[in-house]
Amino acid sequence: MSLRTTSSQTVGPYLHIGLTWLNTDNLVAPGVVGDPITIEGRVTDGDGAPVSDAVVEIWQANASGRYAHPEDTGSAPLEPSWQGFGRVPTDDDGRFRFTTIKPGRVPAPGGGLQAPHINVTIFMRGMLRQLITRIYFAGDPANEEDAVLQSVPAARRATLLAAAERTNPSALAWNVRLQGDGETVFFDY
Amino acid sequence: MTSRPQNLATTLPASYRKPDRGTQPEYLFPPYASTVKRSPTQPLVILPTTLSEVTGPIFGFDRIMANDFDLTKQHAGEPIGERIVVSGRVLDANARPVPHTLVEVWQANSAGRYPHPRDQHAAPTDPNFTGAGRTLTDDQGRYRFVTIRPGEYPWRNHYNAWRPAHIHFSIFGPAFATRLVTQMYFPGDPLLDFDPMYTSIPDVRARERLVSTFDWETTIPETALGYRFDIILRGRDETPMENYLRK
Repeated sequence: MSLRTTSSQTVGPYLHIGLTWLNTDNLVAPGVVGDPITIEGRVTDGDGAPVSDAVVEIWQANASGRYAHPEDTGSAPLEPSWQGFGRVPTDDDGRFRFTTIKPGRVPAPGGGLQAPHINVTIFMRGMLRQLITRIYFAGDPANEEDAVLQSVPAARRATLLAAAERTNPSALAWNVRLQGDGETVFFDY
Repeated sequence: MTSRPQNLATTLPASYRKPDRGTQPEYLFPPYASTVKRSPTQPLVILPTTLSEVTGPIFGFDRIMANDFDLTKQHAGEPIGERIVVSGRVLDANARPVPHTLVEVWQANSAGRYPHPRDQHAAPTDPNFTGAGRTLTDDQGRYRFVTIRPGEYPWRNHYNAWRPAHIHFSIFGPAFATRLVTQMYFPGDPLLDFDPMYTSIPDVRARERLVSTFDWETTIPETALGYRFDIILRGRDETPMENYLRK
């Protein structure tokens, strides 16, 4: 038996009423292994104006490359306190910020490993279905062999890379541009 | 931390099938004006199904409070409005129930007003109604909310634009790939065909599946009418082995 998938609709402007209770901007619970990093950025629209009513959700593996999910049956260690989910709203200037750890490498389809990455879902008014993207880590040598990242046109790849600020290697910047110059790569999944 | 033990079972996850054709709106839909500057203009890049897409966050009962499913019992007094029961099942496209998954809802009050700083509509707020709820589906994928019927309200998308009555739904499902946010509508609402969010869905029958159905079975006599709304998440491809056995 096959059923037809339910249509997506926008979260609208009042998304905070329903979603704020689960806001999670710090994935580093006590007992989580790894050095904390922050990922901070700004969501801007086709005019470069800040998007002040977006919610950014993230999903990631722990530092060993293990997801807190029964379908990850790998033998990499999983801390009981690791969940791997974050949800943050953007502020009036379109900014968002997470504290997390750099994920380890997770299996790629057909063998091998993916480069470390964070899976991102973005919701906002004016978006009838969510946007999906990924955050990779600038300078990670594994990026060169990551099939997903390499499938992205070379000129656009940098939009997926979070880069450390020179003064603080644990503070990473990653911005989302919905349209125009430097438009972020979004995925059809 | 650059390698991990390999495990064959996790290297070839079965894909989640794409949503059925015509069921999902495009990002750019100019009649809904806010899409114009917020939709990507470059082609989307095809993402293969990997372990990252078939896993996803799992939430337990520890985060859900006793009255989270009953939006009429979250304050000292009773909210104003017509009490309703909204219930249904979360299934996947293979008709299998999605158990123990988080369902979040939010909605306007009976006058069509949200308690939100950006809602400046001159309709009354209700101190006894926040309009937010959450629950987990049971082992058969069933969920149930008690609430009040939300009001319609004007918005500034175009001249004399009104939103039909609706309840926002957010569902996680078993995986990153199954995440869905949608809106539930009410049967017979004359505003539906004028609403660019509703009409952004290409397939008319898919639109109609966002309209709940009146349901005597879930009515609470002398208290609340019942509306039913089932939610269908993406389904998984059958494994090659299953297909082989079926032939």
